[in-house]
Amino acid sequence: MSGMEAGGAGMGEGKLRVFVPRDSAARSVGADAVAERLVAAGAEVVRTGSRGMLWLEPLVEVETPAGRVGYGPVAPEDVDGLVAAGMLDGQDAGLGGPERPTRRDEMSDSPDGGRVDAASPAIRHGESGVYLGLVEELPWMRRQQRVTFARVGVVDPHSPDDYEANGGLAGLRTALAMSPADVVEEVVTSGLRGRGGAGFPTGIKWRTVLGAEADVKFVCCNADEGDSGTFADRMLIEGDPFTLIEGMTIAAHAVGATEGYVYLRSEYPDAVETLTAAIEAARERGWLGERILGSDLTFDLHVRVGAGAYICGEETSMLESLEGKRGQVRAKPPIPALEGLFGRPTVVNNVLSLASVPAILADGADAYAALGVGRSRGTSVFQLGGNIARGGIVETAFGITLGELIDDLGGGTASGRPARAVQVGGPLGAYLPVEKFDLPMDYEAFAEAGAMLGHGGIVVFDDTVDMAAMARFAFSFCAEESCGKCTPCRVGAVRGVETIDRIRTGQDREKNLVLLEDLCELMTDGSLCAMGGLTPMPVRSAVRHFGEDFTR
Amino acid sequence: MIVYSMSTDVTDLAAVRVGRVREIATAHLGLRGPLIPILHAVQEDLGHIDQADVPVIADVLNLSAAEVHGVVTFYRDFRRAPGGRATVRICQAEACQAVGAEALGEHARRRLGVDFGGSTSDGAVTLDEVFCLGNCALGPAVQVDGRLHGRVTPARLDALLGEVAR
Ligand SMILES: Cc1cc2nc3c(=O)[nH]c(=O)nc-3n(C[C@H](O)[C@H](O)[C@H](O)COP(=O)(O)O)c2cc1C
Ligand code: SF4
Ligand code: FES
Repeated sequence: MSGMEAGGAGMGEGKLRVFVPRDSAARSVGADAVAERLVAAGAEVVRTGSRGMLWLEPLVEVETPAGRVGYGPVAPEDVDGLVAAGMLDGQDAGLGGPERPTRRDEMSDSPDGGRVDAASPAIRHGESGVYLGLVEELPWMRRQQRVTFARVGVVDPHSPDDYEANGGLAGLRTALAMSPADVVEEVVTSGLRGRGGAGFPTGIKWRTVLGAEADVKFVCCNADEGDSGTFADRMLIEGDPFTLIEGMTIAAHAVGATEGYVYLRSEYPDAVETLTAAIEAARERGWLGERILGSDLTFDLHVRVGAGAYICGEETSMLESLEGKRGQVRAKPPIPALEGLFGRPTVVNNVLSLASVPAILADGADAYAALGVGRSRGTSVFQLGGNIARGGIVETAFGITLGELIDDLGGGTASGRPARAVQVGGPLGAYLPVEKFDLPMDYEAFAEAGAMLGHGGIVVFDDTVDMAAMARFAFSFCAEESCGKCTPCRVGAVRGVETIDRIRTGQDREKNLVLLEDLCELMTDGSLCAMGGLTPMPVRSAVRHFGEDFTR
Repeated sequence: MIVYSMSTDVTDLAAVRVGRVREIATAHLGLRGPLIPILHAVQEDLGHIDQADVPVIADVLNLSAAEVHGVVTFYRDFRRAPGGRATVRICQAEACQAVGAEALGEHARRRLGVDFGGSTSDGAVTLDEVFCLGNCALGPAVQVDGRLHGRVTPARLDALLGEVAR
C-alpha cells in the first residue's frame, strides 16, 4: 500500500506511523484525545476505522517492519508513559511493569480460539496501556475471515490512494470489462443474500432490474441501520466508504442505473461526514460521474439523511422518504425492482450486501460461494453487543455457532454473571436461551428455530434480565415506530403492551396469555410489512423460552 | 442561527425568518425529493420547524401545506418548538438496556427535572431518548449534540451535563 511506502520513508527518519481509529465508537471512549496526545508527543498519526475490537478501544497501532503492533485500551493520560517506554518504536510498552501480564498472554493462541477467562480483571475494568503484539496475530483477528471488512481499521477512510493501494477498484475494473448480464450472473453464482434482514438473493433482484425497461434506473443503498444491536453498516461507512461506493457503482453497471442514493440515518453524523467526503473524492478521481475509469458508465451518487424513523429502514418506506414523503410502507406488488424510486426500476440493497460485491467480482463468485454452509454462502459480519466482555464485529463464514461467537470470541458477559438470553437480528428478532448456543449462524437453521439472523446483531443479557419486560418493550417499540398504515400493527402493538401489563400484574393471567397468543397470530398474519409481522417474534420467543418470567 | 438584535420587533423577526426559510427551500430545489433535506437545513439553521415555515416551504415546492405538515410531524428529528441549547439523547434500546440504560435514563430525568422530550427551564438542555446509536458494544450510549459517548455511567453523564448545562 502506498501508505506503507510512506511509512517506510518515515522510518528512515526514525519515526513510525501510528494509527488511531476515528470510528465514532472509538471516539466515544476517547480516541480523539489519545490522537491529540500522540501528535503532541511527536507521532505521525493516521486516523483509520476500527478493527472492531471495541473493548480494546482506543486501540493504538504502530507500524513496524514486522507489521502493526497494538496497544489498548489506551487512555489519553497513558500516552506519555507509553511513548517514554518506547511505544513509538513498537516496543513492548506495557504500563504495569514486567509483573503485569500483557493482553497478548491473556489471549494466548489456545486450541479453543483464544478464549479468555471471563473473569479476567483487565477485561472487566478496561485497564489501559496494554501491549498487544501484532494486531493481525491476535487470536480474535485470526479466528475471522475478513472479506467485506478486510480494509476496515487498516486504511485511512479519507484516502482514495490508500484504498486503491489496498486492492480497491479491482472488482469494479473486472466488472467494467464484463457485460451487465455477466456481472449479474456472477453475483447470482456467489450466492450473496441480502444482509439487511430478509436474505433475498441479491443477484436475482439485480436480474429483475436489469430486465426492466425505463428512462432512468436507480441504485439505493439502505443505510438506515435502525436495528438495535447492529453497527456494521456504520463501521463499514466510517472505516472504508470507498468499498460501498465501488459496490454501488458495480450495481449500477450491472442493472443500467445512472443515479444512486445512500439513505443514511441521522443518528450517524460521523458516517454522513465520511461518506460525503469519500463521494467527493471519488468524483474528483473519476470513480463517479461520466465515463467512470474510462468506460462508458455514467453514475453519480448522493447521500440523503433520514430523520429518526425506524420504519424508514423498510425498503418501500425508505423510498417514500427519499421522495420527500411520510415514510409509510407501500403495498407490494409492485416490487421496487420494477417500480421503485419515483416509480422507476430500483435496486435496494443493504450496505453490507453492496459492500460485499467488490470482493466477489475481484476474487470470483466461486471463492465467495466456497465459504459458508447450506444456502448461506460467503461471510457475514456479526455484531456482538449488550452485556458482553469483548463486544465488536466478527466477520466469519456462516456456520459458526452462536455459542462460539458469544463465549469464545465475545468472552461471555461483561458483568461476569451468567448469560441468560440473547436477542439475534434486531428488535424484531427472537430471544434465545443459552440452551440454543449450539445453533449455527445460518438463515435456514435460524428460521427452523423460530428465530432470524436479520442484520447479524447479537445482543447478550445476563441473568438479571426480566424477559416479560423485554417482551413489553418489543410491543411498545412497535407502537412507537409503526407507520400507522395497517390496523394489526398500529392497534395490535398498543393492545400488546396492555395485555402484557395485565399478565405482569397477575390480572386474569391465563386468559391474557391466550389473548396474547391470539394477538401475535393476528399481527403475524395480518400486517402489511414485517414491522407488525415480526414483532410477535421477540414476544413469542420470550414466552416460549422464558415462560417463568410471565407467571411470577 | 440568526442572531437578532435586541431592538428588532416581532414582525421584523417573522419576516426575516420567512425570507430565510424561502432562501433555504429554494436552494434545494435542484435535488430529487428535496423536502426532507430542506427540513433538515431549516432546523439546522433556525433551530426548529415553525408552524409559519410550513406554508413557505409548501409554496416553494408547490405542495399543500397539509402535505408538508404531515411530513414534519411524521419524523422524530423535526421539532416544532425551539429546543435547549444542547441536546442530550440517551439510548434506550435493547443492547444498552442490557447494561443499565434505563437506570441511566432515570438518573438523567431526575437530575435535569424533565422527561424525555422536555427541555430544562433555563433552556440549556433538551433531554431525549433514542433507539440505538450504533454503539451497542460500548453501552450505555449517549449522544450530546451529535457527539457520541460510550460506557456512560451516571457519574460520566453528570460530567457531560456539567459541560453543556451553561
Ligand atoms: C421494519 C423494517 C426495518 C428494516 N430496516 C432495515 C435497515 O435498517 N436496513 C436494511 O438494510 N434493511 C432494513 N430492512 C429490510 C429492507 O426492507 C430490505 O429488505 C433491504 O434493505 C433489502 O436489502 P438487502 O436485500 O441487501 O438486504 C427493514 C425491514 C423492515 C420490515
Ligand atoms: S405493519 Fe406496521 S409499519 Fe408495517 S405497514 Fe403496517 S402499520 Fe406500517
Ligand atoms: S442499543 Fe444503544 S447504541 Fe445500540
